[in-house]
Amino acid sequence: MATTIRAGTEDGSAPAPADGTTAPPAPPAPRARPAWRSRLYRLDLKAAPYAFVAPFFLCFAAFGLFPLLWTGWLSLHHVDLLTPDTMEWRGLDNYTRLWGNDQFWTALRNTFTIGVISTVPQLAMALGLAHLLNYRLRGRGFFRVAILAPYATSIAAATLVFVQLFNPDYGLINWFLSLFGVHGTDWYADTWPSQIAISTIVTWRWTGYNALIYLAAMQAVPKDLYEAASLDGASRWQQFTRITVPSIRPTILFTIVVSTIGATQLFGEPLLFGGGVGVSGGSAHQFQTLSLYLYELGWPSRQLGRASAVAWTMLLLLLLIGAVQHLFTRRNRAQLGG
Amino acid sequence: MRPTSRPRRAGVLLTAALASSALLLTACGSGAKSGSDASPGGGEKITLTVGDFGTFGYKEAGLYDEYMAAHPNITIKYETAQDGQKYWDALTTHLASNSGLADIQAVEVGYIAQATGTLADKFTDLSKVDGVNSGNWLPWKSKQATTAKGALIGLGTDIGPMAICYRTDLFQQAGLPTDRAEVAKLWQGDWSRFVEAGKAYQAKAPAGTFFTDSASGLFNAALSAEAQQYSDASGKLVYKDSPGVKKAWDLAVSASQAKISAGLRQFQDPWNAAFANAKFATVVCPSWMTGIIGKYSGDSGKGKWDIAAPPVASNWGGAFLTVPKAGKHQKEAAALAAWLTAPEQQAKVFTKVGNLPSTVGGLQQPAVQAAKQDYFNGAPTGQIFAASAQAIQPSPIGEQDGNVKTIITDNGVLDIEEHGTDPAKAWANVVKLVDDKTGH
Repeated sequence: MATTIRAGTEDGSAPAPADGTTAPPAPPAPRARPAWRSRLYRLDLKAAPYAFVAPFFLCFAAFGLFPLLWTGWLSLHHVDLLTPDTMEWRGLDNYTRLWGNDQFWTALRNTFTIGVISTVPQLAMALGLAHLLNYRLRGRGFFRVAILAPYATSIAAATLVFVQLFNPDYGLINWFLSLFGVHGTDWYADTWPSQIAISTIVTWRWTGYNALIYLAAMQAVPKDLYEAASLDGASRWQQFTRITVPSIRPTILFTIVVSTIGATQLFGEPLLFGGGVGVSGGSAHQFQTLSLYLYELGWPSRQLGRASAVAWTMLLLLLLIGAVQHLFTRRNRAQLGG
Repeated sequence: MRPTSRPRRAGVLLTAALASSALLLTACGSGAKSGSDASPGGGEKITLTVGDFGTFGYKEAGLYDEYMAAHPNITIKYETAQDGQKYWDALTTHLASNSGLADIQAVEVGYIAQATGTLADKFTDLSKVDGVNSGNWLPWKSKQATTAKGALIGLGTDIGPMAICYRTDLFQQAGLPTDRAEVAKLWQGDWSRFVEAGKAYQAKAPAGTFFTDSASGLFNAALSAEAQQYSDASGKLVYKDSPGVKKAWDLAVSASQAKISAGLRQFQDPWNAAFANAKFATVVCPSWMTGIIGKYSGDSGKGKWDIAAPPVASNWGGAFLTVPKAGKHQKEAAALAAWLTAPEQQAKVFTKVGNLPSTVGGLQQPAVQAAKQDYFNGAPTGQIFAASAQAIQPSPIGEQDGNVKTIITDNGVLDIEEHGTDPAKAWANVVKLVDDKTGH
């Protein structure tokens, strides 16, 4: 598209260099024509860009903004999933009810703990992997593709495999642990084991993706910095902590933000991991995340209004986390500058 | 030429941009579309879609092919969900929005009260369809699918009269009888005797095995024999004071505390795997469960399982076929549903996958009466289940029964089994959850 525009403007403003036979020179044309032309020309310059970006905004308004606002409106009502046309005004009741609801707080806590034990190792491992892949090593292209493979696997397929691996009675992982004298870890029923199992799926899936992002950022770091450092006698580890990490700091912050959003909305992995009890996140809600709680309220319990309230609470939480991260970034930048 | 080239180009660009955005919009919007559509050329050629869950056995028994052969203008497509709960969640969403529905949708008995209640006007009345007479079915079966206004919105497929499936090899090792008549005598008359038999088994149990698979399965079985379950005759939720729920709960708790249950959640991966590893000796066994046992126990279990009469006759599960009003070919869909649930077809399904007919005529079919299953030591399954079916005492069902059952079994009984939660605390938790989920 951009090339078309450029070609167009060149075509219109430059005097006709070739093809003089078919296009007679402009001067004899009436005076009104150029004014009309220049108005259109200006309209094109001003309006065309809007037309080009319009599809996105139209789609966003229809499928992003409208559902968002509508969900907010629903959250102030009692709405039965089966009869969404009849709404009953509730004010902020749905929100105050969340405040006093144990299950909500359990879900919030689970979302937080699963988020931490999946995001932290994930990003740390991604950083390490990216650093290794940044070296000249044999079969580098193969490894770069290979680490992205989990990301390309469907959640359902991956989770089903992990469910088998974590089977408390016949799973590979408990068999392996039993070699070291650890027996009978119940990866489904117990709180920490089940959360670790779910975090493992998330980590497995997203580490490679983040590693590639880090790798891209690392390749933009000037090589002479490393040369200078190695001349000064800095070890590889020192190069990593003193040059690589500070240089790609904005990228690290970006991945932290994206992973945090992903962790807050975690849904598919715990749902499928729990199988028949996935929606309630296990018999004692031991791995129910906020998204699952939202689903449980909205679908099996048919209370769309309350589910919408959870959705909006999640949005507000994300905004809050975003604000904290923003402040953190600003302080960080100020420190770097000073 | 040149003077006009600019405005036209701008116009073309604008139009292109608008057109592409319109395209994008429609592309975004056309996600969920009803599966049925008439082929443009033939006029009469139509495609009927069937949505169900678990194993209804129509494909397995070749019924779709048979119907298509008899009706060359009809093509049948089907979609089967694994998990009944998720199937229902999706179906309710589709019903609420009148989109994405198949021409025939199956509804499980646990949710049929919602279909005849809140959702009643989403389904067509099938009582006037050719060959349909509510008297064809067991009286309680057709009554469950009848709305307050008298419309029959669901045609009964199968019922789940209960029996007990047990492993003769494990019973023998634990010093219990193995003959199905003698085994039935162990617990005849009362579910508490079943738990007693379990204690006797557990005292001499082969290492690593349990008497039964899950306390929640036991809860379902014991409850279904009770006259009052979750709701009263008016459909109001009364589970808190229901003597039936109390009795079944206490039984499940006693089974869990006596450690006669393997503590597995039914239809879950570890439960499936436990069949192949012979981890438990009995499963409460509605007729449809025989297919599941055969599937997961595999060849290693062949001839080791047997079936005995239950402590008390009762029904667990079963389903209906409905025709949503949103469908394009309601008449043809209704005819197909009526054909699929007719006695002859039900008998064919039974011989193939073990779903017991819900029609009186289907139960009397010689193929059903004489059915024996080699997998279960040649047990006369037709006789056992048909006898159990005759003795079923139906109880009232309400709109919230399915939800309450899920909470009691998955967050109550299973919580006790998995985490050793104090039963009183678990019950208080159940009440809190049910109030939260079923209230306004």
